Amino acid sequence: MKTINKMKLSFPSKSCNEAFARTAVSAFIMNLDPTVNELSDLKTAVSEAVTNCIVHGYRRQDGTIYISGAIREDNRVIIKVRDSGCGIADVEQAMKPLFTTAADEERAGLGFAVMQSFCDRVKVRSVPGKGTTVTLEKQIGADD
Amino acid sequence: MVETKYSNDVLTAYISGEIDHDSAARIRSTVDGMAQEVKPRLLCLDFRGVSFMDSSGVGLVMGRYRQMKLLGGSLRVINYSEVIYKIFAMSGLETLGVLR
Repeated sequence: MKTINKMKLSFPSKSCNEAFARTAVSAFIMNLDPTVNELSDLKTAVSEAVTNCIVHGYRRQDGTIYISGAIREDNRVIIKVRDSGCGIADVEQAMKPLFTTAADEERAGLGFAVMQSFCDRVKVRSVPGKGTTVTLEKQIGADD
Repeated sequence: MVETKYSNDVLTAYISGEIDHDSAARIRSTVDGMAQEVKPRLLCLDFRGVSFMDSSGVGLVMGRYRQMKLLGGSLRVINYSEVIYKIFAMSGLETLGVLR
């Protein structure tokens, strides 16, 4: 399938950039004329992915978060959120709802569950010590 | 953003804007500071002004639930939108009996 638009972003892993990231992604897909729900779903999923990079990937240390976005001609949006942080040893366990390694910071353990529920497809690739890439896919215009 | 009002033993926190990991920390510290000071019978979190929430909002509610238990009071969550409810429902928060 042909890609009709692309973008790349990188920014420091500061929590004030969570809002920047989800707003930038929503601006990127705006000309697909998404519904309010589609927009809010994707914003929420991006917010979860970026928060994971900050809280878990970089464990609140300085690092860089990379986002790339692509829009295909069938109105499918593909967003990759990548960090070069600590990585995830057991991806399957990390993706279980309510599993968290940051309970004392009031993290609910719902990040991946929210991403999966609000996107059509979520892929996680992680190498311990090297970092994690989360790929979110969402079809825009399927919500009629 | 959060504004608090205390009357008749009820502390109401009017939350507005976006709730994410960044803003949740600030909301938490304001609400907890106030709750510890006045030790209300009931803490009411009003979500009417919330335009966006990710799962950080669930942590915020669960944390305040525990906090109010420690203070010997209870928690109520009111005026949340359907979109916000979708995230609450995923967390099993309903079983706490705080959603109105």
